[in-house]
Amino acid sequence: MAGLDKVVTTYDQALAGLADGMTIIAGGFGLCGIPEGLIAQIKKMGVRDLTVVSNNCGVDGFGLGILLEGRQIKKMISSYVGENALFEQQLLSGELEVELTPQGTLAEKIRAGGAGIPAFFTATGYGTPIGEGKEVREFHGRQYILEESITGDFAIVKGWKADRFGNVIYRHTARNFNPLAATAGKITVVEVEEIVEPGELDMDNIHTPGIYVDRVIQGTFEKRIERRTVRQEA
Amino acid sequence: MLTREQIAMRVARELRDGYYVNLGIGIPTLVANYIPKGMQVMLQSENGLLGMGPFPTEDEVDPDMINAGKQTVTAVTGASIFDSAQSFAMIRGGHVDLTVLGAFEVDVMGNIASWMIPGKLVKGMGGAMDLVAGAENIVVTMTHASKDGESKLLPQCTLPLTGAGCIKKVVTDLAYVEIRDGKFWLIERAPGVSVDAIAKLTAGELVVPEIVPEMEF
Repeated sequence: MAGLDKVVTTYDQALAGLADGMTIIAGGFGLCGIPEGLIAQIKKMGVRDLTVVSNNCGVDGFGLGILLEGRQIKKMISSYVGENALFEQQLLSGELEVELTPQGTLAEKIRAGGAGIPAFFTATGYGTPIGEGKEVREFHGRQYILEESITGDFAIVKGWKADRFGNVIYRHTARNFNPLAATAGKITVVEVEEIVEPGELDMDNIHTPGIYVDRVIQGTFEKRIERRTVRQEA
Repeated sequence: MLTREQIAMRVARELRDGYYVNLGIGIPTLVANYIPKGMQVMLQSENGLLGMGPFPTEDEVDPDMINAGKQTVTAVTGASIFDSAQSFAMIRGGHVDLTVLGAFEVDVMGNIASWMIPGKLVKGMGGAMDLVAGAENIVVTMTHASKDGESKLLPQCTLPLTGAGCIKKVVTDLAYVEIRDGKFWLIERAPGVSVDAIAKLTAGELVVPEIVPEMEF
């Protein structure tokens, strides 16, 4: 790793500096587009008291769910959780705290965080428990609540391909929160299926420009499917 | 009483050619099966897909291609893919023409409760709060009453809200009801269901016009 070359070759290097009590922003929607090797490395490192910002928290035994096994997560900021029994158990016992956040607000909090915007007004959640205690302001006759943005000590991202300079493209709906997370980490680590040379990706079609990316590692992915649903051939 | 499929069929009549539509989980998903022939509609899936197609065949299954319910899906020709912030810009910005979602309760003020039952484990609101806050044209699908016969069309929602003052159309197993001026308005009834039966199961104030046509299927 020198100059603009962001490639690292070991997971120890990929997450060097990650420590207890840090905030991690993770890309992914359900099990789709999750940085599997980076999550495994967090488990291996055994860091604790983490705040994890992710739309979901995986399932039992896969995805972010594996970090629950060693009680590494202190707090989740998510829009939808509880696909795993362990999560439910730790939530009910008070070991785990959850800040439920509407999905669009969560996405915008991360986007805004990466874009240097500390807070924004949204109509989402006004008049609901989500709006309680938040500043309300009227614009054009409608009520909006103030939501603060989110940044992380680390962002862990799953890309399809990256070049050595950290330009990233994503594939299909595995994009989801990944490009947003990539902008909002003090240290952004992208795990990809393939690393290519600068110039090989079409510069008109880069989803995450390399400026946001600190480290790139090539991984291998199981890509487990949460709800395999098929139709019969006609 | 309407079946789940008939509720979806009735909702499908709200579709118009050229619409961009977001369908929630459950009965709303079934609406995709009743898009009228010859009508072009693009389905938005809030995880970042505009132009959702049918479920894949065994050969087409791709773990990178899922819908908001985390099911494997396909994309139609002309589809587009984007990140979650872009997806909710479409939703919050009012660019989606029709949103269909389920609910536990609605009330005469157009409030909706659909995500949280106190005392039960709360899994989260997902995108529902953004959807109801952003859409002009929302259809709620639900059963008119609980299994115990308690009305779900109320003077005031009892459960924590998903959105305030945002619902104008409700299709239940008994009726099509509109919400305006702080009242429910009975517009259509399910085949074989009397106005009295509907009125009995509607706890919020219900306006009944002289003629309430039966839905036809």
